[in-house]
Amino acid sequence: MTEYAFVTIKNAAKSYGALEVLKDINLTVQRGQIVAIIGPSGSGKSTLLRAINELDPLTSGEVWLEDVQINRKLPFRQYEAHVNQVRQDIGMVFQHFNLFPHLTVRGNITLAPRMLKGLTEAEADTLAEEQLAKVGLSEKIDEYPSRLSGGQKQRVAIARALAMKPKVMLFDEATSALDPELVEEVNLVMKQLAEEHMTMIIVTHEMDFAASVCDRVLFMDQGVVVEEGPPSVIFQNPKHERTQNFLRKHLNR
Amino acid sequence: MDLELILRVYPFFLEAAWVTIELSVLTAILGLTCGALGAAARMSRMSLFRGIGAAYVSVFRGTPALIQIFILYFGGPQIGIQLDSFSAGTIALGVNIGAYMTETIRGAIISVDRGQTEAARTLGMSRWETMRKVVLPQAARMMIRPLGVNINALIKGTALVAPISVIELTYTAQRFIGSTYKPFEMFLLSGILYMAIIYVVGQGISWLDRRAQIT
Ligand SMILES: Nc1ncnc2c1ncn2[C@@H]1O[C@H](COP(=O)(O)OP(=O)(O)OP(=O)(O)O)[C@@H](O)[C@H]1O
Ligand SMILES: [Mg+2]
Repeated sequence: MTEYAFVTIKNAAKSYGALEVLKDINLTVQRGQIVAIIGPSGSGKSTLLRAINELDPLTSGEVWLEDVQINRKLPFRQYEAHVNQVRQDIGMVFQHFNLFPHLTVRGNITLAPRMLKGLTEAEADTLAEEQLAKVGLSEKIDEYPSRLSGGQKQRVAIARALAMKPKVMLFDEATSALDPELVEEVNLVMKQLAEEHMTMIIVTHEMDFAASVCDRVLFMDQGVVVEEGPPSVIFQNPKHERTQNFLRKHLNR
Repeated sequence: MDLELILRVYPFFLEAAWVTIELSVLTAILGLTCGALGAAARMSRMSLFRGIGAAYVSVFRGTPALIQIFILYFGGPQIGIQLDSFSAGTIALGVNIGAYMTETIRGAIISVDRGQTEAARTLGMSRWETMRKVVLPQAARMMIRPLGVNINALIKGTALVAPISVIELTYTAQRFIGSTYKPFEMFLLSGILYMAIIYVVGQGISWLDRRAQIT
């Protein structure tokens, strides 16, 4: 039996016109692994993450989830059906939460499962309650997003993604838009997911969090992965000068 | 001011106001339909539809509504389109305001944050599901006010069918001026009735807008 890696990215490249944003990136994320992507602004971290679920398709290269190629070249209709299917397995959390403001917390969490998985209202309610309990927001089930704090919004956004029972979760600077005192509650939820061995790819500017939660850290700069390894090596003993310079600015020591 | 005259003729003006209301309602329905189709075309994935949508908007916003009415009513029979004045007026005005409504509807849809679409698509929802359940409900709230502006313009625009003898408020005023030589009173009466209609519609739109913003 073949042991599939969970996420495989092969020779990924992406350009916007003449601007090469990603250059020949290779990455394998094993089942249950937690990978942090760090690097300066504009280095291509978001672009890489968004290539995984085809929000920003690659110019060339391949993205696989287990034995399914995500970025298949297909005629439009088939392509749409294909991405709609594979995206159900890939949860994503955005810097600005992107909750649906016209729906309650319950509506935010149950919209996609009801439409795509045909859950009944009762099943969907149970699901929403389960997911909210997980992120510690059971009492907010009937609130609208506008009445939540930033940290609460992001926890609801995580619950919404988890309600699709994804195989992997992508986080794009999930705490960057939060006031400092609200960061911890979101980090706690992510740590809890780590303990449950959710496969996660986390773009972050928080080095301490990356060091404490992740199995591997990738340092990206100018569209390439400059260096990768376990956090102990990347943070304590980076080989490349670019990594050292970046960390000097971002670690206060 | 000749109050006695006003009291004598006002029932005719009320009837004419009713015609103006009918014209307005039908034009609004046709305009909203054209606007929805136009916006869908303008935002289509297919360039042919985008082209058709863009041409529709630029032709109908780029020429006077009065000319559009004349072309349909007077020019129509030449190419085999025979319409009574009420129908010709309604169709021309409806298609005309639809071009403005196309831009209003499209504007509201594209003003919904891209992140909303991204979040929905990321969950696995299709383009259409995303549009229907996430984007349109938010855009709908934002388009109530600007569509209200279009409808206000449309009601006043119904006066443009007077030259093709639809017996609405403006035409009625002109007709009575012919026999009474009292343009001040006659136009004033029409004006007041237009204002009443616009006031009521405006209140209705404000009410809708308030209700939509509650959540
Ligand atoms: N739609 C686009 N069109 C053109 N250039 C783009 C587009 N999106 C991103 N870029 C460019 O691609 C490069 C990488 O952007 P990306 O958002 O992936 O960086 P990042 O590492 O996530 O940065 P940050 O830490 O600021 O979020 C940047 O130079 C950016 O300007
Ligand atoms: Mg980014």
